[in-house]
Amino acid sequence: MDRRQFVFSVPALLLAAGCGDPRAHTQGVYMLVDTSGTYAEEAAKAQRIINYLLGTLQPGDSLAVARVQSRSFSEKDIIAKATFDTRPSQANAQKRAFRDRIDAAFRNVQGSRYTDITGGLIQGAEFLNEGGAGTKTIIVFSDMQEELDRATVRNFPISLKDIRILAVNVVKLRADNVDPRRYLGRLDQWKARVEKAGAAEWRVINDLDHLDALLART
Amino acid sequence: MSFQAWLLWPDNVALSVLTLAVLAMAVLYAARVPMHELLRSLGQALSAPLRLAARALGHAADDLQYRNRAVLLAHGRQEVGQRLEREFERLGAVLTRDLQGYPTLQRKLLDEITRIEEDYKKCGEVPPPPPDWTEAVAAVANIKSAGSELVLNVLEEIKRSVQGIHDKAIAEYRKAYETRHRILEGFMPFWRSVDRNLGQVEKTLASLQSSVAGVDQHMAKYEAINAATDKAEHALAVSAFTQFAISVLVVAIAAGGAFINFKLIALPMSEMVGAGDYITSSLRTSEVAALVIIFVEASMGLFLLEAMRITHLFPGIANLNDRLRRRMLWIALTLLVTLAGVEAALALMRDLLIADKQALLQSLAAVQAAPTEGWVGRIPTAGQMLLGFMLPFALAFIAVPLESLIHSARTVGGVLALALVRAVALALRVAGQAARQASRVLIRLYDVAIVLPLLVEHLVRAPRRPRRARPAAVALDESDIERTHA
Repeated sequence: MDRRQFVFSVPALLLAAGCGDPRAHTQGVYMLVDTSGTYAEEAAKAQRIINYLLGTLQPGDSLAVARVQSRSFSEKDIIAKATFDTRPSQANAQKRAFRDRIDAAFRNVQGSRYTDITGGLIQGAEFLNEGGAGTKTIIVFSDMQEELDRATVRNFPISLKDIRILAVNVVKLRADNVDPRRYLGRLDQWKARVEKAGAAEWRVINDLDHLDALLART
Repeated sequence: MSFQAWLLWPDNVALSVLTLAVLAMAVLYAARVPMHELLRSLGQALSAPLRLAARALGHAADDLQYRNRAVLLAHGRQEVGQRLEREFERLGAVLTRDLQGYPTLQRKLLDEITRIEEDYKKCGEVPPPPPDWTEAVAAVANIKSAGSELVLNVLEEIKRSVQGIHDKAIAEYRKAYETRHRILEGFMPFWRSVDRNLGQVEKTLASLQSSVAGVDQHMAKYEAINAATDKAEHALAVSAFTQFAISVLVVAIAAGGAFINFKLIALPMSEMVGAGDYITSSLRTSEVAALVIIFVEASMGLFLLEAMRITHLFPGIANLNDRLRRRMLWIALTLLVTLAGVEAALALMRDLLIADKQALLQSLAAVQAAPTEGWVGRIPTAGQMLLGFMLPFALAFIAVPLESLIHSARTVGGVLALALVRAVALALRVAGQAARQASRVLIRLYDVAIVLPLLVEHLVRAPRRPRRARPAAVALDESDIERTHA
């Protein structure tokens, strides 16, 4: 709260006394980390993003980190999740414990055979909708190249209503370098799919030095 | 409709236009009187309500000015009356302090003066005169001895006797003078005491004179206010504006202090009431709680100063008996001290929370924690705690400028409202006048458009009128003007 807000908050306080804002102002963040194939080598960058989130999220916010596996629509793929206490000191303690869990989980990352991003998105949307956060964000740390086995069915409309979808560190594959249209087409395809699913925002962030766009306060 | 459609003879535009103009002029001339009436009515319809509103606002402004004046004078009377009361109290205290010992002083002075008088009288006692036999001695001294041994012996004897008596008389004389000198020497302390006492009396009287001059000054002001002179009113208004400006400045400074105070306790309050609850999109419950604490402190300060009779915002508190008032004073002071203590603790907690957060961020960023700076590093913590403890007391004094602001705001607001009402009234009056003038201009323009028929009318009517008579059109026009003015 800056000085101007302080001045305006005085009459606002009188008006707002006794009537709280029913809207939730907390953030819910679900981060999907691709561990398939060669992308598993990018785990250190994923940890950097998680640390940024831990440092930025406020008391009362929620964070969950899940792996993208061959079939990702499962709670078992969630590495760590926490809703931070509203007391800052407790929230800091929870964040330390969260970081330790992530460190332990990322110590031995084993690559999966397939990449079920859609399943992870559905699982993330479910988690965030249950949490009831005011702003819901799914961060997909992946090359966005989905690969499914024959038995896995994901070609149906999904719902990502009011959820921000951020694709982070979308690395170019060898084939993308040969024909960049593949890379751009892949991103366009995901954008179309996500927007069709009702997402609030679709954004690609490849520069990890500018992570401030990850979170958006309402 | 195109221009061509209006042409009676499309092949001859000039003739068509001329014919149309003549026809229009004829129609306009025929409709001249009702059109004039219409334009005049329109002007009146517009100007009359505006003038009415302007007049009403003028009356309202007069009422407002009367009320402002009454309030200003009443407030000034009360203020100067209170000041006079205080001056009289001060004067009474000075009189009690300085002049209560005046009878004693006077008695002392009288005693000293009486003693000086007595001593003076003693000094006035002259030594005994030389005995009468001096003449006899002088006669004996004139006796011629002529060598007679008997006479010489007698004279020698007389001389010896006289010498003895003379020595004795001189000794007595000297002793008498010595006594008088001693008495005079004894005067000195009394003189000094009298001088000192008189100096004290003079000082007291000068102080009294100065106080009385102040009272006279205030009394003159009070009389001027009572007489409701323009000078007094002007002086009071200027004083109110000055007070208002100063109060606003001081309240703004206090608001800055409150902001610093808020910053000190907003974060640690989230540890008490939670940081996840929001009242509005940008206002957390913890921030509201911090604001509430600051407001409670300010209120306690207000009650404290009210109970101390420094401010007079709440007549209920001012009218309490001394016992209850003193109780209230102690309660307010206790709560204020408690809140100041709480704030100091919160300031410490803020420092701890920030340090904890910093440590977390450093561990997340895998940065080596900076070494602690020993006692130097504790200075900000101590400073925050001190500020947390002191600011509530500093905020308590906001009651004084607040009272001044409230009192002067009535005068300032009244003057500004009066200026606004008068400006609106003037604008309405100008608008009304403009509407009237516009109707007159339109009437003139209408006549300009039908100048040819009017000229013909003038020529036709002219022979019928007696010489030196005024033209009908002019007379009619002037009557129009008169009616428009009406």
